[in-house]
Amino acid sequence: MRVSMDIELKDVPGQMLLALQPLSECKANLITVVHHHQKRTPRKTVPVKLVLEARPESIETIKAKLEENGIRVVRVGEHRFRESINVVLIGHVVHTGIRDTIDEIDRTGYAEVVDLSLSMPGINMLSSALMKIDAVSKEDLQKALTILKEVSTKKNLLMVLPIDIQA
Amino acid sequence: MKTVYCSILGFGAIGQGVAEILLMKKEYLESIGLEVKVVAIVDSKGATVNPEGVDLADCLARKKKSGTVALEKISGVEAIQSVSHELVIETTPTNIQTGGAGLQNMLAAFQTGKDVITSNKGPLTLKYRELMETAKAAGSHFRFEATVGGSMPIINLSNEVLAGNKVKSIKGILNGTCNYILTRMLEERASYNDILAEAMQLGIAETDPTYDVEGIDTACKLVILANAVFGLDATYNDVEVTGITKVTPEALEMAYERGHVIKLIGEVSRERIHVAPRLVPINHPLAVGGTLNVASVDTELAGEITVTGKGAGPIETSSAILSDLIAIYGN
Ligand SMILES: NC(=O)c1ccc[n+]([C@@H]2O[C@H](COP(=O)([O-])OP(=O)(O)OC[C@H]3O[C@@H](n4cnc5c(N)ncnc54)[C@H](OP(=O)(O)O)[C@@H]3O)[C@@H](O)[C@H]2O)c1
Repeated sequence: MRVSMDIELKDVPGQMLLALQPLSECKANLITVVHHHQKRTPRKTVPVKLVLEARPESIETIKAKLEENGIRVVRVGEHRFRESINVVLIGHVVHTGIRDTIDEIDRTGYAEVVDLSLSMPGINMLSSALMKIDAVSKEDLQKALTILKEVSTKKNLLMVLPIDIQA
Repeated sequence: MKTVYCSILGFGAIGQGVAEILLMKKEYLESIGLEVKVVAIVDSKGATVNPEGVDLADCLARKKKSGTVALEKISGVEAIQSVSHELVIETTPTNIQTGGAGLQNMLAAFQTGKDVITSNKGPLTLKYRELMETAKAAGSHFRFEATVGGSMPIINLSNEVLAGNKVKSIKGILNGTCNYILTRMLEERASYNDILAEAMQLGIAETDPTYDVEGIDTACKLVILANAVFGLDATYNDVEVTGITKVTPEALEMAYERGHVIKLIGEVSRERIHVAPRLVPINHPLAVGGTLNVASVDTELAGEITVTGKGAGPIETSSAILSDLIAIYGN
């Protein structure tokens, strides 16, 4: 399952390693780390938000191991994709690197390309792709679309968005 | 009985449609106390003028036979200035670069205190503010329902029928040519170019389709709505425009498999004016096919109200001109 975890690190070197170690020990897959270097909690700790993929039964172990390492676990929550849309891309979708386009979205951690159909009728003809994107919330979906829009402009792709989405 | 003396400037598809409708609706108009007399008809070659009213059937026949109604070398502006009447029906070609003859005709009409009803988007897209101010200063009526969505009531719906409601946004398909092309591409799994050729053959697309397929025509209509319904001072440059030329049959098919069609959607609100191909769920009210136009008006109190209808065609478009005429002079 996918979980998001808010943790707090002490403001001394080597803390991040202490945080990541329990994850690899429990074979959890780290998806994103948002590290607020500038922010401090009232306890003078640094807030960090993790999104990880782990087996449900290992979540408690991870939490315990983190706390053993002196890391405060503030919140653990299921990280669910609640929003989902289809987007069509038309142009030289493949030549300009579809993998790359997908990675840009997946890298965010809050949105993911979950389905892709591709049609390449021939060389020198426009290809078409239909992508299904899942995201954690409406705002995250908008953020993912902003990224996709930038990529599309750069790669000269026509992006066709659903009518109920703010284009 | 009130007699309305009017001129018809531009005697092409729409100008002739107006003449036909005036003949068809003569008795109805009389039943609501209106008699409409056309004192001048102008085309690109000149005019036919009769201060007592020309014979419309005669003019239609002459136009069909010889290609012009002109009996005298008189321009639209000259007819406005020299023949006594109170209403100018302006149906000359749309020109969005300069406003064309239409802009000159409308300004001359207001300067001589006449009312104007038009189907011509060009002047309104370019000089909305100036035209409104000139009309207001002259105390003239100025109505242009036919400029957006042909027969479909949208400006009058938003401003009059739904009066009291604040309109939040208007979204829809405002170009029948694009709708036809996208509808047929999906039906036939055919390329944009093949269906464009078909549309040209059927007279649905013009020989230079740029204006329609690049979304420019839709953008102009949105500019008119932005100004007339939302009270903005918008021009064409305020619109983000993407046309349909890149849409592929494969994209249409993949979208369809997931329950969507692709439509060129125009969208206007106080925040933005935008034209682009969009994914529309198959059972969404905006998912109309063929050459139909459709618009959804999102209102504060009434929610969403959707109208659909023919966006072009001489009689259909002239029906909007007729309703404007009755709105000004009826009762
Ligand atoms: N067709 C539609 O379904 C539709 C729908 C909505 C809005 N409109 C708008 O309505 C207007 C008329 O459309 P239409 O389809 O009737 O166009 P059209 O068939 O091309 O007719 C234009 C008419 O204007 C005349 N004309 C051209 N230059 C003129 C000038 N300087 N002075 C006087 N007359 C002049 C033409 O004369 P000749 O006959 O001598 O060439 C012709 O009679 C356009 O602005 C169009 O965008 C059309």
